[in-house]
Amino acid sequence: MSEERKEEGKALTDEEVEAAPPADAEREAKLKAAAEARAARAAAKEKADAEAAEAEPPKPKPPSPKQPELDAIIALLKREVADEAVEDAYVNELNGDMPTVIVNNTHWRAAAELLKRHKQLQFDYLRNVSGVDYETHMEVVYHMVSLSSKREAAVKVKTEREDSSVYSATPVWATANWNEREIYDLLGIDFPGHPDLRRIMMPDDWVGHPLRKDYEPLDSEV
Amino acid sequence: MIRTEELLLNVGPQHPSTHGVFRIVVKLDGEVITEATPVMGYLHRGTEKIAENLNFTQIIPYTDRMDYVSAMTNNYVLVHAVETMMGLEVPLRAEFLRLIVMELQRVASHLVWWGTYLLDIGAMSPFLYAFRDREIIIDLFNELCGARLTYNYMRVGGVKWDAPPGWMDKVRDFIPYMENKLQEYDNLVSGNEIFLARIKGIGQYDAATAIDYGLSGANLRCTGVDWDLRKAEPYSLYNQFEFDVPLGKKGDCYDRYRIRMEEIRQSLRILKQALQQFPEGGETMGKVPRVIRPPAGEVYVRIESPRGEIGCHIVSKGKAEPYRLKFRRPSFVNLQILPKLLVGETMTNLITILGGIDIVVGEVDC
Amino acid sequence: MPPWLNESLTWGNALVLFLWAVVFLFIVLGFVTYAIYFERKVIGWMQLRIGPNRVGPLGLFQTVADILKLLLKEDTIPRKADRLLFVLAPVLAYIPAFSVLAVLPYTQKLYFADLNVGLLYYVALSGISTLAIVLGGWASNNKYALLGGMRSAAQMISYEVPLVISVVGVILLSGSLNLRDIVMAQDGGWFWNWNFLPQIVGFAVFVIAAVSELNRTPFDLPEAESELVAGYHVEYSGFRFAFFMLSEYVYVYAIAALTTVLFLGGWHAPAPFLDFVPGIIWFLLKFAFIVFFLFWIRATFPRIRVDQLMSLGWKVLLPVSLLNVFLTAAYLELFIKR
Repeated sequence: MSEERKEEGKALTDEEVEAAPPADAEREAKLKAAAEARAARAAAKEKADAEAAEAEPPKPKPPSPKQPELDAIIALLKREVADEAVEDAYVNELNGDMPTVIVNNTHWRAAAELLKRHKQLQFDYLRNVSGVDYETHMEVVYHMVSLSSKREAAVKVKTEREDSSVYSATPVWATANWNEREIYDLLGIDFPGHPDLRRIMMPDDWVGHPLRKDYEPLDSEV
Repeated sequence: MIRTEELLLNVGPQHPSTHGVFRIVVKLDGEVITEATPVMGYLHRGTEKIAENLNFTQIIPYTDRMDYVSAMTNNYVLVHAVETMMGLEVPLRAEFLRLIVMELQRVASHLVWWGTYLLDIGAMSPFLYAFRDREIIIDLFNELCGARLTYNYMRVGGVKWDAPPGWMDKVRDFIPYMENKLQEYDNLVSGNEIFLARIKGIGQYDAATAIDYGLSGANLRCTGVDWDLRKAEPYSLYNQFEFDVPLGKKGDCYDRYRIRMEEIRQSLRILKQALQQFPEGGETMGKVPRVIRPPAGEVYVRIESPRGEIGCHIVSKGKAEPYRLKFRRPSFVNLQILPKLLVGETMTNLITILGGIDIVVGEVDC
Repeated sequence: MPPWLNESLTWGNALVLFLWAVVFLFIVLGFVTYAIYFERKVIGWMQLRIGPNRVGPLGLFQTVADILKLLLKEDTIPRKADRLLFVLAPVLAYIPAFSVLAVLPYTQKLYFADLNVGLLYYVALSGISTLAIVLGGWASNNKYALLGGMRSAAQMISYEVPLVISVVGVILLSGSLNLRDIVMAQDGGWFWNWNFLPQIVGFAVFVIAAVSELNRTPFDLPEAESELVAGYHVEYSGFRFAFFMLSEYVYVYAIAALTTVLFLGGWHAPAPFLDFVPGIIWFLLKFAFIVFFLFWIRATFPRIRVDQLMSLGWKVLLPVSLLNVFLTAAYLELFIKR
């Protein structure tokens, strides 16, 4: 839309207006206020730190309300799939206590089936699939939710950086289809079992996978 | 023996009804589609890659350009994700402003859909009516933040601009106006026999398929699955308001049409309540550190955009820039079902079904 | 003109006839120019727009400018197109469109050819345009054009049948195929003597089939913009495209005139006391109303689907028009024995 360009132009001028230096008196007052605020903040922080330091040793944090959910998932995975299927598990407090399980790559296929079909879990709705390049390894994150119980979970599958491959979840959740293609395209993770693994965003003859951290852009100036 | 050849037809990327630069390669037997392969990426700008080198405030304008028909909700999902990570409090006034602009945006977005969908079906006039009414919303946004489409309005911790004097009254006036116009639209189009014959029973699927394909928004609710994130997993202030989630039964284009029309009404209802409860004074920016550095960790946050569940997955290493930023774009996910729906349909229904899914190519390709 | 037509052909009256044809061509071109202007204005108003208003006073020269632009455009023929047919198609579309006008009477005295099978002539010639559209679609070597051409063929053939059968009732009532006689038979002083009331079923079928014959919304499938980009004339530009456009609007002229003649009483006034107004004015008013009606429909309706179009044609319009013929015949036989 041509309108967009116009908008950008407008936005620029707005920022310029903002950046214009205010009158001197006003400016001094502002600087002073800012300095005061900074001092106050520092003081508050010190105090908070001190309090935290005091409070830290006595009691560990109360377990998250979602801990039982996580435990149930782990138990099921261990019982139904394999003991070593769960590599690690934790509750992601940043994300509203999202139960997060790291599933062993070799057991992912069976685990996916279980997560979707088991009566206790029923993660029937796959919300999102992301691939992350951690420089030491690759990770595919599946965010899923059960529409009936509204329970959520994140499942991560790790793989090596070279020849990375994760079993495709497309036969289990059709949602994964294009998401996995996108990850394959942008991060170069192979998904064996995927019905149609081709590049999706980049041209077919593109070299490299742009979202990898070691990707060299065609034109580094851009 | 008579041999008939299949016709390989490239629909798009410059076809009038693909709503941008989307392309489908269809195999036709007569006018019946035997195979459809969507091809995308013509609008891929690498937003996720660009974002890795920008701080969070700088990323906001990029979200505007994903779903450019509904930029406000895109703004919100990003700032909401960062706020969730940092545990930031957003002032009530700012949160109200956000909610009001998001609902206005939903109305505007559905109006664009309504107009273009009717245009796809072959009726020209509704398009212009829809754009007339959308224009009012766009003008409201313009007054609020100086941009008509790419607003860059929200910030981590609040919103950039407070409502100018008199703005709320204009929104208040808009609600009854729009309600009237909706009635007019229903009179004009919703009962038209030709229109109904074109969309009833077309592009039908059941709830299980919809869930399997991860559809969201009206595409999911048309099958009767009660899943609106504003109700199911309330964010912002949505649990303070009364509104209904319209549901379909058959899962065809007609249900999707009805749901979207009804959603405009419900949005107006939310707006009415929001305007009543709008706090008199107060800040529009919360207490936010000067450099926004979310703690190390990751978060997946989702909200209900007009097109469905838009999600934001941030992996942070405690820096000002995200380590990895992934958007779950509803248009992209919803579009996956298209090849399945198209087999056995005619060329004409291709347009009806594609329009019914309601995609924005900026969001499909990101 | 009629006397000349019956004389033996000499160089002199051939020239006169030719000149008349040229004059008439310009009248028709003038109609097309302002029909397009009118359409754009009317639809513009219906859609809250202004319509053309830049070229000339009130934008009156907009279409003239458009035609000039089309004429000056580079003439392109796709490399893989079938050259001969590609060039032939627009001509073939236009000739029958113009030829059918010959039999249309405007008033008691103003008419060109007084053919005793006028209606048959009209129907037979207008069918040729279908051929042109199919040819154009095929010769362009473009898939969209081909689909448009095929759709057009299917549509025109299916709608020609009910169109013809729907007017059989009118023919039965007036006992003639001559269009002038048909108008004459509707003379009763009042508007309820016009055929559209006694033949209301036939009239409805005729209007629907006629809109479909014109390829106009809601039956504009051959050029369905949102599906087939532009249908059969995708590859045409410049004056070749202008010819397709022209023949489309000439058919609007023809159908509007034909409907007036067949169903709306031609040049007759709606009531005896309005007789002081010249017949040509009545004709033009009715004619203009039908043209407006076509534009009005275009601004209101969405497009019908191709399979629905077919079933409407064969399963609804055809039986209804047949029934109409049967009822009319029965009525004539039982009550009005001649």
